[in-house]
Amino acid sequence: MDSNGNLLAQLQSRFGEGTFTVQTTKDEILTLWMPVAQAKEILRYLKREIPQPFPFLYDLCALDERTRNRATNHVPHTDFTIVYHLFSYARNQFIRLKIGLFGEYPSLPSITGLWANANWYEREIYDLFGIKFEGHPHLSRILMPRTWEGHPLRKEHPARATEMGPFRLWDEKQDREQEALKFKPEEWGMARQSEDSDFMFLNIGPQHPGTHGVLRIILQLDGEDIVDAVPEIGFHHRGAEKMGERQSWHTYIPYTDRVDYLGGVMNNLAYLLAVEKLAGIEVPERVKVIRVMMCEFFRIASHLVWYGTFAQDLGQLSPVFYMFSDREKVFEVVEAICGGRMHPNWFRIGGVSQDLPKGWETLVQGFLDYFPKRLKEYDSMVLKNSLFKARTVGIGIFTAEEAIEWGVTGANLRACGMNWDFRKTRPYSGYETFDFEVPTGQNGDCYDRALVRVAEMRQSLRIIEQCLKNMPAGPFKADHPLTTPPIKKHTMQDIETLITHFLNVSWGPVIPAGEAMSCIEATKGANSYYLTSDGNTSAYRVRIRTPSFPHMQMLPYITRGYTVADLLSILGAMDYVLADIDR
Amino acid sequence: MEESTSHYLLIIGGVLFALLNVAAGLIWVERRMLALWQDRYGPNRAGPFGLFIVLADTLKLFFKEDWIPPLADKVVFVIAPAIVLVTVLLGFVVVPFAPGIVVADLNIGILFFLAMSSMGAYSIILGGWASNNKYSLLGAMRGAAQMISYEVFMGLALMGVVLLTGTFNLSTIVEAQRDLWFFIPQILGFVIFFIAGVAETHRLPFDIPESESELVAGFHSEYSGMKFGMFFIGEYLGITLISCMVVTLYFGGWLGPGFLPPLFWFAIKVFAFISLFILLRASLPRPRYDQLMEYGWKILLPLSLVNLLVTAAIVLMQNEP
Repeated sequence: MDSNGNLLAQLQSRFGEGTFTVQTTKDEILTLWMPVAQAKEILRYLKREIPQPFPFLYDLCALDERTRNRATNHVPHTDFTIVYHLFSYARNQFIRLKIGLFGEYPSLPSITGLWANANWYEREIYDLFGIKFEGHPHLSRILMPRTWEGHPLRKEHPARATEMGPFRLWDEKQDREQEALKFKPEEWGMARQSEDSDFMFLNIGPQHPGTHGVLRIILQLDGEDIVDAVPEIGFHHRGAEKMGERQSWHTYIPYTDRVDYLGGVMNNLAYLLAVEKLAGIEVPERVKVIRVMMCEFFRIASHLVWYGTFAQDLGQLSPVFYMFSDREKVFEVVEAICGGRMHPNWFRIGGVSQDLPKGWETLVQGFLDYFPKRLKEYDSMVLKNSLFKARTVGIGIFTAEEAIEWGVTGANLRACGMNWDFRKTRPYSGYETFDFEVPTGQNGDCYDRALVRVAEMRQSLRIIEQCLKNMPAGPFKADHPLTTPPIKKHTMQDIETLITHFLNVSWGPVIPAGEAMSCIEATKGANSYYLTSDGNTSAYRVRIRTPSFPHMQMLPYITRGYTVADLLSILGAMDYVLADIDR
Repeated sequence: MEESTSHYLLIIGGVLFALLNVAAGLIWVERRMLALWQDRYGPNRAGPFGLFIVLADTLKLFFKEDWIPPLADKVVFVIAPAIVLVTVLLGFVVVPFAPGIVVADLNIGILFFLAMSSMGAYSIILGGWASNNKYSLLGAMRGAAQMISYEVFMGLALMGVVLLTGTFNLSTIVEAQRDLWFFIPQILGFVIFFIAGVAETHRLPFDIPESESELVAGFHSEYSGMKFGMFFIGEYLGITLISCMVVTLYFGGWLGPGFLPPLFWFAIKVFAFISLFILLRASLPRPRYDQLMEYGWKILLPLSLVNLLVTAAIVLMQNEP
């Protein structure tokens, strides 16, 4: 690509020809290996100095390369690799920078001084790989319990409980675990008292009605004013990324459903777009439109849950009941088409599970007729309510620059007035053919975030209507050898085709070696699967970039100075899902 | 003398019996009505229309473990829920349910009511403090500030009625409304009194001491079993008391067309206001604590003073032609 060439030329003219090693990837993102010594300088140049800079640290992850099958790969030989994904809004371009590390427990300089949101990403890498970041202000475990032994995403760490020996909790261990649970404010750089007051430390969670799941937020309070907040995450960590290394490419799909558990098949899409890039599958038009339609249904369902619970967080008891019954209507359609409801697990490599059922048009049309009236009613019930406004207007404000610095995406970013929707700017799955608007806010407060999401539901309806009117005819699976499950008509020709079919069903497809990243506008923001294949029946590494993770990381920054009641407004308006944070 | 003692005992017994049953019944009424407004069924299994849910709930509360947190101040922890029940019940002493049906027709009835409802704040403060729980403490602090502030506007709003009638006696006030219910000349006073009443009973939208989405259950987070039940019943009795006072002061008490006995009129009116309380809960979000205080001191206080001044001026002009 031209833009990649230009960018590479810019970087090479600044840092010299020999500094970078270029790697070609399936997703056509410029991928460069850079030396660890110059890493910080290069990243700073990309963030601050280059014309049309890359201000957004999109993702930061690591790979354990020690057991990678290199026969099929043309990548430099390293023990561990750190991967930086940067994004430039001005260029609409990603860049992937890699650092190779050697040794059992290597270390490299931290970039927390450069990007605020690098903090949690680096802690996550430390937690899961044991790689140390020098100069990190608080390098400690983030997803795993503090007392965990080993680093789970290293290849030598077992993936199943059965490989780890029976669990025993003897007395000393119990004492150690209990000791680790104690909260010591000093460890977080928080004082117990100031000159004129003693601070109160209040545990919000892990069991609390306002956190929407197992999340713990430790508040440092002066009266009811929040001095500081520490979110503690990881209670919902299920090792989704580790499971990706164990499951076949096909059998991993149900796991993705449960990452953003309100997003349903939209997670499938993010995963499959990356798999299909790796496999080189071009899906038929009908598949694209079906996928878009189901994704938009799930966007509405997810936003409805957010809408109702947000109102409930502010003390309004009734809307959540109305909105859940509307969500039920969405699920009626989803169930008729997919069979499942919250986690239909319905998209497949190269297509979808089944064709649309007979009479689906009536169902979809029924919902399109029903829902706009309800939305209007909710406007007067919730959005126009003056008490609702009093609780949300001017609360939890951040600017577009701060949002980008902290890696905020989705409706939260658009509420700051930033007109950016990956469906529009980097269309996937045929979104470029749809006619819809990207709603934006102005003030970046909780109220604008609510407005944007409500407007998005209306746009989703428009998209669904266009799907209904223009559903193309054709197959619901790509005619490709790697389509899973394999297409039946190719079997029963001779023994060879039968064997191929049998293997593709029992072992699953072998996806060609390479790496690819997808990027979709999920219900909560930008969601990506960065897949590395070394030519096997399962992924070598699955990296899931979720929107809620950086959103939650920003919480202390935006809650300081507000009260406990405002914290609930901010949490509610953020629209996060714990599984999406912890994976 | 003998006869009048037994007469009073009968009234006290009757009022107590009726009130406790009403409070228990309100649990069912509220749940069914909320369900009706929220497109769901509510409790409808036990007994006709689910009425026995009240019985089941009460039994459950009685048999629950009577737990006191080990770090709590035990004596205060036990006393606190009793205070709310006692003060609210004492508040009913001065309410004239119908001609002759009043426990004590005090000539300082209104003052007695105000005193009793102020005492209710103690139960929140003591309960929240004794629990030794941060959520309870925050709830108690909010509750104390809220109840003490709204007490002021409540009292000031009432003074309009007192000016019009020249008495603190509630029966006389009801009788004075034969020609015109006071909610017409005292519309502002009525609105302020009602809002302050909602705040006094800390019901949504003013349930800030409890605010379950922030403070779990606020001042009574640590309470369970019958102690919690007393707070619970106290809240419903509080609603009933405020509704009774609204009806007595502004809606002509037991007065009404002759085809129904006075007691029925009183009950119907009170029930209408109780329903209003429940409807408020079904529809409104809750303001923030500081917003509530601002609303009280910056809007309700000046308004209730204006109401008092205007009423006083009018009364003065009528008396000196």
